Amino acid sequence: MRTILFLVRKEFLQVFRNKGMLPIIFVMPVIQLMVLSFAADFEIRNLKYYWIDKDQSEASRLLRNKLDASGYFILSGTSMNTEDANLALEDGVTDLVFEIPADFERDLIRESRSSIQLNVNAIDGSKAGLGTFYANQIVQDLAQELRTEYLSRLKFEPVKFQQINTTYSFWFNESLNYKTFMVPGILVMLVTMIGAFISAMNIVREREVGTIEQLNVTPIKKHQFIIGKLLPLWVIGLFEFTIGLIVARIVFGITSEGSLMVLYTFASIYIVMVLGLGMFISTFTETQQQAMFISWFFLVIFLLMGGLFTAIENMPQWAQTITLFNPVRYFIEVVRLVMLKGAGFWDIRSQFLVIASYAFVINSLAVWNYKKVA
Amino acid sequence: MHAITVKDLHKNYGEVEALKGINLTVEEGEIFGLIGPDGAGKTSLIRILTSLLFASSGESSVLGLDPAKDHKKLRSVIGYMPGRFSLYQDLTVEENLTLFASLFETTIEENYHLIKDIYGQIEPFKTRRAGALSGGMKQKLALSCAMIHKPEILFLDEPTTGVDPVSRKEFWEMLRKLNDEGLTIFVSTPYMDEANQCNRIALIQEGQIMGVDTPEHITNQFDRPLYAISGTNKFGMMQALKEFEHAHSVFSFGSVIHYSDNRGSIATKEIKDFLQKQGFEDCSIEETQPGIEDTFMALMTAHD
Repeated sequence: MRTILFLVRKEFLQVFRNKGMLPIIFVMPVIQLMVLSFAADFEIRNLKYYWIDKDQSEASRLLRNKLDASGYFILSGTSMNTEDANLALEDGVTDLVFEIPADFERDLIRESRSSIQLNVNAIDGSKAGLGTFYANQIVQDLAQELRTEYLSRLKFEPVKFQQINTTYSFWFNESLNYKTFMVPGILVMLVTMIGAFISAMNIVREREVGTIEQLNVTPIKKHQFIIGKLLPLWVIGLFEFTIGLIVARIVFGITSEGSLMVLYTFASIYIVMVLGLGMFISTFTETQQQAMFISWFFLVIFLLMGGLFTAIENMPQWAQTITLFNPVRYFIEVVRLVMLKGAGFWDIRSQFLVIASYAFVINSLAVWNYKKVA
Repeated sequence: MHAITVKDLHKNYGEVEALKGINLTVEEGEIFGLIGPDGAGKTSLIRILTSLLFASSGESSVLGLDPAKDHKKLRSVIGYMPGRFSLYQDLTVEENLTLFASLFETTIEENYHLIKDIYGQIEPFKTRRAGALSGGMKQKLALSCAMIHKPEILFLDEPTTGVDPVSRKEFWEMLRKLNDEGLTIFVSTPYMDEANQCNRIALIQEGQIMGVDTPEHITNQFDRPLYAISGTNKFGMMQALKEFEHAHSVFSFGSVIHYSDNRGSIATKEIKDFLQKQGFEDCSIEETQPGIEDTFMALMTAHD
């Protein structure tokens, strides 16, 4: 026990004397959390549209008013010529083109259906998707209004329409504020990155610098060495998580709906898993550079497939299957469930189970692969 | 009981044979020197004996313990100072020593008497980071850390490589003193002049031991008279001597040339005449005592 204590003390001394380490631990997470959270805004406003009105009717004029009033669209140009519009689309002057056919109003009222041609610049997929979605909403809305008005003008008693209104309500994130959604995810990303890096680099460093040689001839046991290494890093990992939560609260005003106890319990196990991953990488690398690149390989996959930047439901089936092996996915789920939805232990029991097993397996592999005698 | 016994020890790194059947015994209480050039296998041998490396085949025992099997017991009774400074550069002198003392489950106070002479010299700098120490001071710190747990045998891998001559001399004085108190010392070095400081030495080359004896006996193995030749054009003279029909060995030795003749004892005048005939006017020649280097060179040549 005393041996472990001395090793832990040594690690902390080293960390606090390492001029490169301190900013990584204290400053980097705050900056990343702020920059990424402010930048990762998926809401789309001010889509530029090009207007071709071949109908020149009351209905088409109404539609244009609605588009302008929605706040999502800005007019970038009008023409009667489809060629001009296509050119604008190609040059990137506009994001989408509305082409209103000549019989738009008549079809809409008499046959209760009409078609608008919508050309979208789909280079930016999410912009295109959302733009189409918004435009569709507005056109539907207009159609509904016009039909109601037309029918009420007829002399005979109007049939009671069963009006169907689609209304949205975004639960757990009512204003659909992307920050509320992103910040917890980015927090997970930070804890994962810092945890995996510092543990992989720290252990490899001893080998690279040669200090492991002098440690290895002492009678310390494997478990003492590993606990002595991981315990300080574990504390640093939880500390990172705490900084992240504080920034989320102060800067973004995000507080946890659920209990912090649940959150921290999960984070504790998760960090053990991440540190184990770093340690595992360190067992088969010789230099910090190698450890760095191999850690990156895993982290890039884990982070990009963690459901933060691309929703897991939008991935192809095979990719979704891969994410089942991605620990980041589970932590992001848990952080969102607990912080936004107020989930308790019972609600996230399956994630607990997965991460605990993951932590156990990866650490066992690392310990098994770590040989004190070369 | 011998302090160290090694029987037919082999170590392969893939295709490369680093140790090709080493046999050695080291007595308790002696300073045993392992002398050989870089790449001879010195570090591999020391790492096997200190339980840091597994041998490919063969037997070894240190203080009656097998380094491969009893490494836990062994590590608490041996001290090891690697060739490369392996303490924490970002910890202070005192923190390093405290750490290693506690890893061996002891304290500085408890064993201060063991390292007093060595640590005493760097104690004024105990709050300085180890990385900021000079080469000689680093070495003293490393030795203190290797001695803090009162080992019965001390392994040193090229302790004086890259250290200035004054510090080297001091260092050997410290080793002698530790040895006087009964410590067995196993030291490797590429410097032949340090061999005379040992009780016994083994010459190692290309993974093989070429001879084990006291420094005096090794020197006596050189059975021919040896001549030291000096002159202005040393390189030219060496070339000329190598062409001389009776030359047995011609080696550069500092500022002079060490020459031995295949006829044994000869008249120095004959050599002088030969050199002067070749155009080396200002040469002088005299008989000299062979040193370990000469023996080593002779053994190496014979081995080739």
